[in-house]
Amino acid sequence: MILRVQQTAETVVAEAQAGAFEPILLGLIVLLPLIGFAINGVAAILAARTAERRRWSSSSHHGGSEGEADEYSNETHSVMDAEPTGVVPWTHRLPSLVAPGVMLLAFALAVANLFGMMGVELEEPIVRTYWSWIPVGELQVEAALQLDQLSLLMTLVVTGVGALIHLFSVGYMSHDPGYPRYMAYLNLFVFFMLVLVLGASFPVMFVGWEGVGLCSYLLIGFWFSEKANADAGKKAFIVNRIGDFGFLIAMLLIFVDLGALGYVEVFERAPQLDYAGPVVTAICLFLFLGAVGKSAQIPLYVWLPDAMAGPTPVSALIHAATMVTAGVYLVVRASTLFAMAPAASLLVALVGAVTALFAATIGLKQWDIKKVLAYSTISQLGFMFAAVGMGAYVAGVFHLMTHAFFKACLFLGSGAVIHALHEAMHATHSHADAQDMRNMGGLRRYLPITFATMAIATLAIAGVAPFAGFFSKDEIVGAAWIGSAGELPLSQASLFGVGGGTWMGMIAILLSIAAFLTAFYMGRLMLYTFFGPNRTGEAERQHLHEVGWTMSVPLIVLAVMSTIGGFFNVDSLVPIVNLFSPFAFGGDAALHNWLHPVIIGAEEVWASNTAAIPEVHHASWPILLAILVGVAGLVLAAVVLKPQLLGTPEETPAYEGNLEKVLYNKWYVDELYQRIVVRPVWGLSRAFYSVVDRGTIDGIIDGVLGRGAMLLGLSAGRVQTGQVNTYAFIIIVGVIVVLGSIVVM
Amino acid sequence: MTLDFASQADYLLALLPEIVLSLWAMLVLMVDVFQKGNRVEASRPVVAWLSLAGLVVTAAANGWLLTIEEAAVTGMVAVDSFRVFVNFIVLIAAALAILISIGYLDRRGINRGEFYALLLFATVGMMLLGAARDLILLFLALELMSVALYVLVGFDRRDPRSSEGALKYFLLGSFSSGFLLYGIALVFGSARSTNLSAIVPLLPSLQESPMFLIGAGLLLVGLAFKVAVMPFHVWTPDAYDGAPTPVTALMATGVKAAAFAAFIRVFAVGFAGIYNEWSVVLSWLALLTMFGANLIALTQGSVKRMLAYSSIAHAGYLLVAVLAANAYGAAAFLFYLLVYTLMTAGAFGIVIANSRGANELNKLDDYAGFGWREPLLGAVFSIFLLSLAGFPLTGGFIGKLYILRSSLEAGNVELAVSLVLASVISYFYYLRVVVVMYMRPAPAEEANRTVLLTGPGQLAMSVSAVAVLALFFVPGWVLDVAQRSVASLFTVPGTFFGLGP
Amino acid sequence: MLRSYLPLLILLGISAAQAVGMVVVSQVLSPTKWTWVKASPYESGIDPLGSTRERFSVKFYVVAILFIVFDVETVFLIPWAVVMREVGVAGFVAAAMFIFILTVGLIYEWRKGALEWD
Repeated sequence: MILRVQQTAETVVAEAQAGAFEPILLGLIVLLPLIGFAINGVAAILAARTAERRRWSSSSHHGGSEGEADEYSNETHSVMDAEPTGVVPWTHRLPSLVAPGVMLLAFALAVANLFGMMGVELEEPIVRTYWSWIPVGELQVEAALQLDQLSLLMTLVVTGVGALIHLFSVGYMSHDPGYPRYMAYLNLFVFFMLVLVLGASFPVMFVGWEGVGLCSYLLIGFWFSEKANADAGKKAFIVNRIGDFGFLIAMLLIFVDLGALGYVEVFERAPQLDYAGPVVTAICLFLFLGAVGKSAQIPLYVWLPDAMAGPTPVSALIHAATMVTAGVYLVVRASTLFAMAPAASLLVALVGAVTALFAATIGLKQWDIKKVLAYSTISQLGFMFAAVGMGAYVAGVFHLMTHAFFKACLFLGSGAVIHALHEAMHATHSHADAQDMRNMGGLRRYLPITFATMAIATLAIAGVAPFAGFFSKDEIVGAAWIGSAGELPLSQASLFGVGGGTWMGMIAILLSIAAFLTAFYMGRLMLYTFFGPNRTGEAERQHLHEVGWTMSVPLIVLAVMSTIGGFFNVDSLVPIVNLFSPFAFGGDAALHNWLHPVIIGAEEVWASNTAAIPEVHHASWPILLAILVGVAGLVLAAVVLKPQLLGTPEETPAYEGNLEKVLYNKWYVDELYQRIVVRPVWGLSRAFYSVVDRGTIDGIIDGVLGRGAMLLGLSAGRVQTGQVNTYAFIIIVGVIVVLGSIVVM
Repeated sequence: MTLDFASQADYLLALLPEIVLSLWAMLVLMVDVFQKGNRVEASRPVVAWLSLAGLVVTAAANGWLLTIEEAAVTGMVAVDSFRVFVNFIVLIAAALAILISIGYLDRRGINRGEFYALLLFATVGMMLLGAARDLILLFLALELMSVALYVLVGFDRRDPRSSEGALKYFLLGSFSSGFLLYGIALVFGSARSTNLSAIVPLLPSLQESPMFLIGAGLLLVGLAFKVAVMPFHVWTPDAYDGAPTPVTALMATGVKAAAFAAFIRVFAVGFAGIYNEWSVVLSWLALLTMFGANLIALTQGSVKRMLAYSSIAHAGYLLVAVLAANAYGAAAFLFYLLVYTLMTAGAFGIVIANSRGANELNKLDDYAGFGWREPLLGAVFSIFLLSLAGFPLTGGFIGKLYILRSSLEAGNVELAVSLVLASVISYFYYLRVVVVMYMRPAPAEEANRTVLLTGPGQLAMSVSAVAVLALFFVPGWVLDVAQRSVASLFTVPGTFFGLGP
Repeated sequence: MLRSYLPLLILLGISAAQAVGMVVVSQVLSPTKWTWVKASPYESGIDPLGSTRERFSVKFYVVAILFIVFDVETVFLIPWAVVMREVGVAGFVAAAMFIFILTVGLIYEWRKGALEWD
């Protein structure tokens, strides 16, 4: 199922029709969110001015307790309280139209392009060049967009899920004083995300890559008056810089070794490099470093859980559905390069699998509903990396797509829950944590739509057939089993002296355990949130109510997609899965056929560099195992966990026993980083300051030079202790070193 | 028109922009002194505008230089497009410095016409520095620039920090001038000429001469001092911090641009034949500067001082371009210098905007809520800071990318990697300011604090910010010009480019 | 190559040794007797009055600086005057520029009141 042989007849037809397809307003798809950003940005600036004036005119008493992990910040409270109820200013009404509007238009354009492209079998990507961006000698980078099957698919996901989340945000955020600013950032994010997926070269992708990072940072710190949120934003930004460092180096290496940066040229020339040689391996490892940062994999995943400080729709859009999957997109986009570097590919798969399991264990013992979903996202991204690392690129993209549906649904659902709880607590001026599951319970009676949609998404993520996650997750785990049987090209590779087949067997086991844990913690989340008695509080319970239509419609649409999303890629060759063939959209294994032109480069590399692989045998036991694992996890959660016994945070400790403590504290990785990275850098920085620029050198001056000068009788007998002396001394030392080294060399 | 410098009058043409600006500086001085006599009072606004007009006229004369060619490369002054480009950068730096001093000087009670005259004289020095192809002229230019700057740094003589900074700068500056002059003397002693074009053919024979090498080393030290390369940067934090902020802006931009241009002319072009001798030590200095300055900047609580260290760190980045010692390096250097000038001068402009009266302590906390209080200037400052960090979407990124590229071209992989790593560190302290600016509410008593930057200053900052963004999205034209400007630098017969790395 | 400088080094050494030697030898050999009269500064036989470290008016500095300007002018103009005919028009123009710039400086000083004592 990984290597489906394309029918020759089809290819011939495709060549005949190539060029018949003209992209429809490609530039406008990218431009629309930017226009939205501009309009909302102006509204935001005007709104900020008014708000600022009002803030000062009303004597600034900030209510609320500091540091409360409250969904709305303290500042928000005070402004909201000061705000006269009734008239909604135009700056708050305009974004409700503009922001989702541009997204819907962009989505419509993407769909139009999809229909246009479905008619023809496009073999070569279509590149539209707008202007010459960096013209420096041989380094010619064009500001160009590339439309092919992969970028169109990503565009559809970004604009489609994006439009739904924008709509959700209208209901979720419209009471926030920073609403126009929020919408402006969100539009800007989509703009950069589209640049990322549609860019025709690595530098253009890098622009989007950095842009989404910037927006993510802005949105994480959106409720900036809480220091924790601002810190979380900064943490995300700086951790991502490490990843970007990798991306940048990889880009430079590609340019130095291949002399180009545009996708088309790079992938054309990539096979000239030595197969599995150090150069291509280095390129891929640095690219992967970039992907690790952006997609929150070990060891750079630490920023993503903290990123949950941002508004929940942001978590859904950026930190679950789109931006964090950019790393997966990068690997698939550069699949030709990764195919050239089998060891690097195996490392990708291994890191992905380990991350999948590692994050899933942490998800078991979090109380914050968004933290559970955050670790779940990291874990699911691990699945995707495992897939693309094993060369199952389509499976990775498939899971990326279905994950966008069900994880966005879960996040938005949790947002609805938090929103409802928050409003209830706001009405009674309670300061309980609206995100702690111990404050929830029994919510299915109050939020029936939210419950139903989240339940569907949970079934999807747990991999219960026939929901979307079943098909995509099964493809990944199935690929690992096939690889362990030596039937994937990468089975012949080796990493650290261990064969690829062995690695993939281990990956299959890791992923199966991770899938089991996924089902368990998702079951736990649903049980504690929606079942058992309600723990929100007597007074608050009166105020719990279902969310408005702007929020429930996106939930329903996403739930529907979580249900049927898997039918886009039903493979009739795989037993059990083929039972669903009658429901398949777009024919047999539609996504495989659709994406085939994108990954053909990788297949050609394998074909010419690896020995012939035995034919793929699809056994039925891995599928049965996958189903069993998912159902078992959910059932175990239902049997073991007793939501009716759970108490509020005051009554129930966060953890009991050592293992729970370690899991609750996320294996103490943050503390570890603090100790081995942050503190040494600070120490070094202080040391530099005091040694090079201040203080301690004075001691040397007084001791050595000063006393020496006195002994020689060259000074007036009085050592001047002004700093100019120190400075001159440093310069003299510098001069001596410089002259010494020049003459000696 | 072709100049061969056979007649002394040719120098008058070759130096036209400098001559125009010198005369204009005297005019400014005269206008001011005839208006006020010896009365102690603020100068009229016309003095500032007259100075700006002088810069515009000079820029026109500078553009005219493009139409003339030189017959040979033997003249003391170079007439090439590299010089024209550097001159433009220096003029932009001076113009920005003047624009942000309008109003600022009044507040500090130091609005004297001499300020503008000295600033213009310093600018003349910078322009000559970029043009000097003779070591004697280089020294004269350096002194012309420095003497004016010593005074400018201490211009607020009632402010102890200003005086202290000036004295330190003067003492250490004279100290380093001594090294430079001694270096020139030794080079002259061994090569029998101070003209770079005369020295270049002799390099193969001089390679073994310790006297020449020591001379070159001392030259390196003297220039390293002016561009503030570690460990010769020690004067920088105090002088930058104490000087009136527009002067700081000029020192961080124009002075650095001019001194680096001289660096390129003397080392990357002139002494390319002994690349192996000077490159190793300079690489170490570049590494020390990049990492040291960025690490120290992390500990700084004052934004102005942080920017001082940031400018030292940037000297390290520019050194990487110098070390590439190829046409790409020089072009990358020019491009980066332009972006750097805009963003650094801009950042100092914001420091002025956010000061309280004459109080410029500029603690980090003083920026709390600035982004909301002043949406325009807050956004502009964010752009400058992100660009300084080298964030994509800003010109700073393209500049760094370009430097990296030239560095790889020259095979200096370790320098390229260090540059990227060092700038990762720098994100932390640049970002800290942005975070404080937007994510910490301003104390209530600050509500009515007005922005201390006049209309023209704000306009200049905004234009600079737009330019910084434009240099990311459409850098093609400037890159192209930079590329062509350095072509003449390296194709001149007689230079030993290519013998180097 | 450095060998040719050796005599210079020797000369340097000898002169340094001699200078130090003379002081040291006289210090060692001569009898020293400290008296008030010997320790007091010699001012042409007149008794010293007060401290020599008196502050005096900043105006003296201004005059001193002005003097240096004109002093340097002389240093430049006299050599030019000597070879005026040889250096021709170019020399004349250069000297004229020099004098022009100095004149501007002088006008500045005059308008600033630096030339007035009070």
